[in-house]
Amino acid sequence: MKLVIAVVKPFRLDDVKRALESIGVKGMTLTEAQGFGRQRGHSEVYRGAEYTIDFVPKIRMEIAVADEQVDEVVDAVVGAARTGTIGDGKVWVQPLDTLVRVRTGERGADAL
Amino acid sequence: MQAIDTTWVLVSAALVLFMTPGLALFYGGMVRSKNVLAIMMNNYVAIGAVSVLWAVVAGSLAFGQDAGGGIIGNLSLAGLTGLGRHLAGFVHVGASPMSILVFQMMFAVITAALISGGTVDRIKFTSFVVFICIWLLVVYAPLAHWVFSPQGWLAKQGVLDFAGGTVVEINSGFSTLAIVLVLGRRRGWSNEGMAPHSVPLSLFGVGILWFGWFGFNAGSALGMNGVAVSAFVNTQLAAAAALLSWIVFERVRESYPTTLGAASGAVAGMVAITPCAGFVAPMAAVVIGLVAGVACAMAVRMKFKLGYDDSLDVLGVHGVGGLVGMVLLGLFATKSIDPSGANGLFTGGGLHLLGVECMAAVVTVAFSFAMSWLVAKAVDMTIGLRVSPEAEFTGLDLTQHAESAYSLGGMGRIGN
Repeated sequence: MKLVIAVVKPFRLDDVKRALESIGVKGMTLTEAQGFGRQRGHSEVYRGAEYTIDFVPKIRMEIAVADEQVDEVVDAVVGAARTGTIGDGKVWVQPLDTLVRVRTGERGADAL
Repeated sequence: MQAIDTTWVLVSAALVLFMTPGLALFYGGMVRSKNVLAIMMNNYVAIGAVSVLWAVVAGSLAFGQDAGGGIIGNLSLAGLTGLGRHLAGFVHVGASPMSILVFQMMFAVITAALISGGTVDRIKFTSFVVFICIWLLVVYAPLAHWVFSPQGWLAKQGVLDFAGGTVVEINSGFSTLAIVLVLGRRRGWSNEGMAPHSVPLSLFGVGILWFGWFGFNAGSALGMNGVAVSAFVNTQLAAAAALLSWIVFERVRESYPTTLGAASGAVAGMVAITPCAGFVAPMAAVVIGLVAGVACAMAVRMKFKLGYDDSLDVLGVHGVGGLVGMVLLGLFATKSIDPSGANGLFTGGGLHLLGVECMAAVVTVAFSFAMSWLVAKAVDMTIGLRVSPEAEFTGLDLTQHAESAYSLGGMGRIGN
């Protein structure tokens, strides 16, 4: 099993979710996150005082998937999240040792 | 005594009281989320401390029989007793003396609350309370006597100040500058980000201030008459014009018209029209508003160059707006609106009024700044004005009041 983690632009979220559903992904976890990469931040002005905001709002998604589905999921996320402009985000994949479905106690791939 | 006049003054008193919670929202939105309760508390505690102290003694110092030279009132009204048929000097006023005193109580409350805006994020709660109590007796009450009491020495010079351009606006602005200089700037100012945590809160607060300001200005006619109507209309026009001129200034200078700028502009307009409200024609109010919006928008940008941390711009908006109002009143005042007023430079009155208005403004600046500086210094040297660096970092909500403005809920338990 793998854990796919994607940080994407918030306004792409609906498309990413739809793309994942269309390839049979059953669940995901979202967090409203802030961060920066090459996009850096933006500036805000309050009564003439200009503030540089380094961190940009992003959505962080975590999706647990079976090994054989990893490439398909990553491609779906990347395809749906891409706008071609700076700040589109990152996707990375980590190994996932154990997974337990709390309701039934099922373990491993059965709990996906 | 006319029942309708007393009614209007009482309604206005309630409107003016409502300005202070409005100010608390306005200020609360502009600070960081760790200090929002502390600044709101300093506004609410002003309602508590100033109201009681006003009833016990300060109201009498301001509106009691003159004790000599137009400097201060005597203690004849202490405890709100011995009021008689009229307040000293207010012979032709229809509203009852008690209604005027409670109306004026609300003015003292909001003026004290205004000062908190310069001191946010770093002032010790108890020290702020001690400061405003002493300040009420030695700064506010004498000034109110000089200007608002017909027996006061400035009033006798022919100074016009309809609703407190000097007593409330210039006074709060320069008292704030004084306490800010004693207190010092916030740690990290002006490099660290200290952006407002909730601009919507501030915008709603300004809405309440705007609503209450009709009582503040139109109520200052002390009766239900044509002057009250003029003051009401002028308040609206100046606020509207200044809202526009502030955002035009921003649009030209910084490319974006901001919501906080629109709200600040409205306040600046109401500040500037305060001394003028019942003395000028409607189109003069529009001009006063337009000038105030630009003047105050420029003024709030000065602190970064000059290096004083008047955090929420009490000097920039109230001090400067009050000065603008007093000077422009010397130009635009007309007896066609209030026959008991005077004519200004542009209305056939010559330079006399402009001269006394400028004199009153300068006197107020000097008196407010000097006395408030002394009071602030005395408080600082005895109990200390400022919290510890650690408390400042943690935030005043937790360290001064043991509360958090925003929490996820369901955390923690009761008891140890």
